[in-house]
Amino acid sequence: METYYQSYGVVLAVLIAGVALVAVAFGAAALLAPRRPLPAKLATYECGMDPVGEGWSQTQIRYYIFGFLFVIFDVESVFLFPWARVFEGLGMTAVVEMAIFIGILALGLVYAWRKGVLRWV
Amino acid sequence: MDLLDWALLLGRVAVVFAGLLVTVMLLIWMERKVIADMQTRMGPMRAGPRGVLITLADGIKLFFKEGIVPAEADRPVYLIAPVIAMLPAFLAFAVIPFGTSVTLFGREVPFQLADPSIGILWVLAMASLGVYGIVLAGWSSGSNYPLLGAVRSSAQIISYEIGMSLALVAVLMYSGSLRLSEIVEAQARVWNVIPQFPAFVVYLIAGLAETNRPPFDLPEAESELVAGFHTEYSGIRFALFYLGEYVNTVTVASVAVTLFLGGWRGPAPDVLPWVWPLLWFLAKVLAVVYGYVWVRATLPRIRFDRLMAFGWKVLIPFGLVWVLLTGAIVVLPDVYGRGPVVAGAAVVFGALVLASVAAPLLRPRPAAEVGR
Repeated sequence: METYYQSYGVVLAVLIAGVALVAVAFGAAALLAPRRPLPAKLATYECGMDPVGEGWSQTQIRYYIFGFLFVIFDVESVFLFPWARVFEGLGMTAVVEMAIFIGILALGLVYAWRKGVLRWV
Repeated sequence: MDLLDWALLLGRVAVVFAGLLVTVMLLIWMERKVIADMQTRMGPMRAGPRGVLITLADGIKLFFKEGIVPAEADRPVYLIAPVIAMLPAFLAFAVIPFGTSVTLFGREVPFQLADPSIGILWVLAMASLGVYGIVLAGWSSGSNYPLLGAVRSSAQIISYEIGMSLALVAVLMYSGSLRLSEIVEAQARVWNVIPQFPAFVVYLIAGLAETNRPPFDLPEAESELVAGFHTEYSGIRFALFYLGEYVNTVTVASVAVTLFLGGWRGPAPDVLPWVWPLLWFLAKVLAVVYGYVWVRATLPRIRFDRLMAFGWKVLIPFGLVWVLLTGAIVVLPDVYGRGPVVAGAAVVFGALVLASVAAPLLRPRPAAEVGR
């Protein structure tokens, strides 16, 4: 069994190996690949036309709402993980309590659903 | 730790890295061949026997291609994004146990790079880090299609991540450990796929969405978004995205194998005891990936509104219900004893099956059908 820090040391080694791979790839590409920038080449991609305006177009608010919903349920799973680790020792009470908690959040999801937030228009 | 330990550690990291790269290389070839076969084509044939070296040829080609940085791009972010997209996939694989262990130079070398006590959480964390690479790539390109692809992709990945984490929570509740090696140990008698089948299905679907694989490849839907978030990428940076995507596929399949399909477990003869678990693991990963390729060849890309609706209205409620059911399944036998709980579960299951069979019969027929 490895110690706590040892296992993260290995992860660090993987990270270093990954960065090394990227460095080698970029280095090799810098040596091998041609570099002849032309204005037309550097222009933003557009289907055959010259691009108009800047590339950062506005995106719709609906993505933002889904971001909110995601935060709610992601925080919920942060609560779920420690609970799932220990609930067996706590018995039925823990399951019922978690059911109430999930029920409240599910109510929120149902509310969002009824409000038409989940409908992609 | 002495020098030999360090050498073995570095050797392990190097071997796993190389192994992963070769696996990805063969996997891309396999995917192209299988899809070609399903569409009655030949697929790649020229590079190497039956075209097995096609990925290598593609990779070498990309090294010789010019890497363009568009004038509108946000340069530093644009350059770093492919790296951010690729690294988490490798890091997630670091905690997967892909075999037992082998004795080298008198030391026991486990077939698992790291075994942190938070294995599942680590996998989940790395899966969510991958989205940064995609979003940053799309944003920094300073172009319309990549931006749309990135925003779509972030919405898709965060939505399905919840479903995925719910599936993982169910497995964690059933096994009682976050450590992946212990989860494999816990599957000695029966694989998790049987008691946790709903979680398995949820995980596989969420995994497809997390890796942007068809039918969930909307972030790079070529008919609408040219190539999505990597439209402006070329040369080696494009290759990194491609590599990251396939390493991700391998990782998602490996996690599925580890959590649900018994990991490296399988019947083995008594010769070379360390080889068989490795082969079993590879075979299972191959089976899962084959399933993913099959899905790609079979299903058309789904519409974005349906994708989001499926994630939020089907996958997440189902996952929540299944988490609570798993809790009940684990705890109830302690309270009421095994017999009554099994009987009760059988009655509920039977009633559900009966209801699903009876429901279409009770529904009135559509008028057009009656008239015929």
